[in-house]
Amino acid sequence: MTYAPSTRQQERIAYRRRQTIRSVLLAALSTAVVGTLLTVAITGAPGWDRVKSSFFDLDAAREYLPDILTGLWLNLRLLVVCATLALALGLVVAVLRTLRGPVFFPVRALATGYTYSFRGLPLIIVIYLYAFGIPGLRLQGTPDVLVLGAAAIIITYGAYLAEVFRAGIESVHPSQIAAARSLGLSYRQAMRHVVLPQAVRRVAPPLLNDTVALQKDVGLISLAGPIDAIRAAQIGVAQDANFTPYIVAGVLFVLLALPLIGVTDWVTLRAARRQNAGS
Amino acid sequence: MVLSCTDVRKTFGDHVILDGLSLDVAEHEVVALIGASGSGKSTLLRCVNLLEQIDDGEIRLDGTEITDPRADPDRIRQRIGLVFQSYNLFPHMTVLDNITLAPIQVHRRTKAEATEQAMTWLTRVGLAEKAGAYPDRLSGGQQQRVAIVRALVNNPRLLLLDEVTSALDPELVGEVLTMIKDLKGEGMTMVLATHEMGFAKQVADRVAFLDGGKVLEAGPPEQVLGDPVEARTRQFLARIIEAGRL
Repeated sequence: MTYAPSTRQQERIAYRRRQTIRSVLLAALSTAVVGTLLTVAITGAPGWDRVKSSFFDLDAAREYLPDILTGLWLNLRLLVVCATLALALGLVVAVLRTLRGPVFFPVRALATGYTYSFRGLPLIIVIYLYAFGIPGLRLQGTPDVLVLGAAAIIITYGAYLAEVFRAGIESVHPSQIAAARSLGLSYRQAMRHVVLPQAVRRVAPPLLNDTVALQKDVGLISLAGPIDAIRAAQIGVAQDANFTPYIVAGVLFVLLALPLIGVTDWVTLRAARRQNAGS
Repeated sequence: MVLSCTDVRKTFGDHVILDGLSLDVAEHEVVALIGASGSGKSTLLRCVNLLEQIDDGEIRLDGTEITDPRADPDRIRQRIGLVFQSYNLFPHMTVLDNITLAPIQVHRRTKAEATEQAMTWLTRVGLAEKAGAYPDRLSGGQQQRVAIVRALVNNPRLLLLDEVTSALDPELVGEVLTMIKDLKGEGMTMVLATHEMGFAKQVADRVAFLDGGKVLEAGPPEQVLGDPVEARTRQFLARIIEAGRL
């Protein structure tokens, strides 16, 4: 015998389909209305022509695009290096903060002091301190300003990421550590094989979110001299008294962020699904 | 004696859980700990596994004091298996990885050796086809059987079972109890905290009734469960019978 839906069920399906069509039509209509109103309000504004020529000038966009792209390449390289090292630093600091016992007091205190101070300190000030303060010491072999600026970013973001990792570590139930220890695993082994894999999986979405924020903040290195995308755009704006290069840089940043945001959403969704499957 | 607890005291703040408790377990012996919630059954098992530090007394394993602060707890735990009420499998690992983790990391076996041993056990308990599955795909009874196998692959001298059937649906209790009975048949030395009086009767050589942080009464199951000496034991059993658990 093959299954055929009863008349009652067929009615339900038909009703739900009608409801879906109605919702879609309603959503399309309201989008069209809002879009039209916005377009009319903006393009009909008395100053629209001037805004259009100073923010959306195609020639200016074409002229400064290569410089901005060169800058963006610096942003991208900085992002990869800074994100990798800041994640590593954050993980190490978070693990150090979980160590128990009086022997580890200095390590723990140092790690705690670090996360407290560098989360409070504005990134701009840290960049100034590193990029101008350290060369000021006139020591032999002081690295390039670019390296110093990157170090400032890594050390500041490391403090944030350490707290995210720590939240993840603490979210793993103590019974998991008890189970690992009862099998004879040492604290280190329990941490490495049982706690950290679960902790990192749980905090992957906020970690990636911080990486998206980092992508914009690496540009602050231009305060120390290196020319990133925003700085390149700023130079263009200053030369022509036209704001279009900013718009170009902004669009490029959004495009750059899209893949990372997509990955974040995907990871978050997967984590949520796994958790629901577990209950 | 495989296990020998003498005058063990354990407090949490002002709360005295174990108050001079003494208990000996001989080789191949199965001892069931019974008693009301909060009588210290689980605490005693956690103290024996050194997950909790005792506040006085001593615990010996094969004659060696394991509560000596100079002893290495990791080495001692390798010889004592502990199975928890809530299974505590590692959710990010497959069944096979859960089982082979300690043999590979702690006992330094090769992956092939550990896998072979794990598969032998899984086949024995009828879970071979679940080797690649994650714990959340298993029923409670299956998870608990995996947890027992995970403790057994370390070849422990002593297996501690902490209310291993309390979190299970009634129809899943049987499969776990059968497994424990088989282990008894092989001569495994076990201490189990339990609410299942019927099971204690079947599997235990000795039943110990915990009350006021001590073993108030211990002896063969027929005697302790059938004809207890102490008034407190009779009261406890009367409540259990009232609840329909005996």
